[in-house]
Amino acid sequence: MAMLKKSAIWIAFAVTLVGMPQIFDSILAISILNQMAIAIVFALSYNMLLGQGGMLSFGHAVYFGLGGFLSVHALILIEFETMVFSILWIPLIGGLFGLLAGLFIGSFSTRKAGTVFAMISLGIGELIAASSLIFSSFFGGEAGISGDRTFGPTFFGVDFTQNIDIYYVATFWVFLATLFMYLFTQTPAGRMANAVRDNPERAEFIGYSARKVRFISFCASGLFAGVAGGLFALNYEFITEENLNAATSGRVLLMAYIGGLGYFIGPIIGAVILTLMNSLLSNYSELWMLYLGIMFLLTVMFLPRGFAGFIMMHQVAWVRGTLTLLIKPYIITGVPAILFSLTAILLIEMSHTEDEIFHFLGMALNTSSSVTWVVALILSGGTFFATRKSLGQLNEAWESANAISKDEQT
Amino acid sequence: MTILSLKNVQKNFGETQIIRGVSLDIIEGEKHAIIGPNGAGKSTLFHLISGRYQLTSGNIRFKQDQIENLPPYEIARMGLARSFQVTNIFPRMNVFENVRCALLWSKGYRYSFWHLLGRQRELNDEAMHVLEQIGLKDKALFPSGELGYAQQRALELGIAIASGAQLIMLDEPVAGMSHSEAESSVQLIRKITEGKTLIMVEHDMNIVFDVADRISVLVYGEIIATDKPENIRANPKVQEAYLGEVPSA
Ligand SMILES: Nc1ncnc2c1ncn2[C@@H]1O[C@H](COP(=O)(O)OP(=O)(O)O)[C@@H](O)[C@H]1O
Ligand SMILES: [Mg+2]
Repeated sequence: MAMLKKSAIWIAFAVTLVGMPQIFDSILAISILNQMAIAIVFALSYNMLLGQGGMLSFGHAVYFGLGGFLSVHALILIEFETMVFSILWIPLIGGLFGLLAGLFIGSFSTRKAGTVFAMISLGIGELIAASSLIFSSFFGGEAGISGDRTFGPTFFGVDFTQNIDIYYVATFWVFLATLFMYLFTQTPAGRMANAVRDNPERAEFIGYSARKVRFISFCASGLFAGVAGGLFALNYEFITEENLNAATSGRVLLMAYIGGLGYFIGPIIGAVILTLMNSLLSNYSELWMLYLGIMFLLTVMFLPRGFAGFIMMHQVAWVRGTLTLLIKPYIITGVPAILFSLTAILLIEMSHTEDEIFHFLGMALNTSSSVTWVVALILSGGTFFATRKSLGQLNEAWESANAISKDEQT
Repeated sequence: MTILSLKNVQKNFGETQIIRGVSLDIIEGEKHAIIGPNGAGKSTLFHLISGRYQLTSGNIRFKQDQIENLPPYEIARMGLARSFQVTNIFPRMNVFENVRCALLWSKGYRYSFWHLLGRQRELNDEAMHVLEQIGLKDKALFPSGELGYAQQRALELGIAIASGAQLIMLDEPVAGMSHSEAESSVQLIRKITEGKTLIMVEHDMNIVFDVADRISVLVYGEIIATDKPENIRANPKVQEAYLGEVPSA
């Protein structure tokens, strides 16, 4: 039964992956889907460290980037016919080098978790990023290196010229990588990673070296980050220092965190949300990084278990059939909250813009008129207080939807 | 036959000598209690034997091997399991996972990343069996960090005994439990240590005299007597140093 349910989830996942470009088939959509695919594998690999292994890394882009660089070099070798194989297998090259980097760096960085591990990861990240600018014959300096994925043998007639071809290649690898990362959590090594995360000391008294347990997770995580790097190389056909520096490491941390570290699906959600924000919001606003930062802050403060945690919070109410009690309260709080967000965004954007006329939600607003400002301020103040006032009723509704009656208590 | 042998074990923390030359032979199959006032060094002695602390000097032999200063996981793999005075579980994992993890090494899974735990019938049955013994079967899927105190103590015991180690060391396993909880825990300890060697630190004299084949009395880092319960009870040195303080119940 549980087996059947699990297979159903995996089939649904595969169908979703394959079906997405049927629904979203514009060039922009395919490009976003490709970015999502890469981000999903990357964020899941990050969560093997932080969520499952309790290792806070500030340098995870190293494995992604190194995998990516080696993959672009492999593309170049294929182009010059030094190697002959289908570019379909490029992510394996990325994975192999992510793994090698993990083996090497993990051999000393996994000795301790906590602050020591975090600082080493930061140091290694800086070191590799700096080296990549120094050793420019391999890393290509600031310009990076580029390849061409259209060489090499075709795969059943597919020559990988289109982004959609790459999407299907990515889909194949995303599915495989996700499946293997999930299965890893179900093995002795994966489960002991949780144990070591929770209590490294006790783990040693049941026969496990905490360091070795961390090392195995670390290598596996490097492998899958490298696979993601290989996908990146295939999708963009170039890679630069930016893809292994601290900014990329920070972004994957944000994805995993916002999605929810405690759940396998969390980083997937985070990867989807951040990729969407990155590619859609950045078309509309130069300030999208600011909004991303605000979202991260709000998540840390109010949803410490991320979006996945927020969804899972409703499990009790779902099982008890009291979820419908929450619909109205959510609307009562949600409407002013959304209005407040919009007016807050309006105020921020108006302060930022230099145009006389600012277009917002189909309105043309005069930014030099004080009336616009006063109205926007009043609206945002009003909706803020309305949101705050509505929290009481939401709280009550939440309590009653989740209240455990005496006979259920054990 | 001795299963565990301590020779002149000493431990200093900085300048202070906490264990001042302890020599002790534990006979295979016996139930051995260690008693002594608070701060005598009972827990420290446990930490030295199980590898949590390094010795300042001395030797410890377990079965055929010298184990002093080995890391805890190597000592555990030889068949020495222990519990802690302060509950020491895996709080974010559920109760079942806690016990199953404690079984993994002894069942030979090592660091395997190619076995799926859900498919390991025998392992899972055995974990369930342990849960049944410690009375937490209906809490199997409950997050262990959210268990009540007594249940966490039961789990603490479960993790220690799961692997079926030959030598089991329990540090105040029933401290803080109600009388009836303690009673059933003692029953359980007796049952699961059958045919095994047990070293137990315990304050409750009824339990000690009830369970132990031999008792060692540790006072200020020294063992002042090791003997059968009735001889310990009659020993004037012990009465003076320790038993006198405890209202004999
Ligand atoms: N890590 C440590 N550092 C310094 N002193 C310690 C440490 N652990 C224990 N002690 C000291 O050693 C003495 C014995 O402690 P302990 O072994 O816990 O006693 P018991 O278990 O017999 O009550 C105490 O005085 C305690 O303060
Ligand atoms: Mg103690």
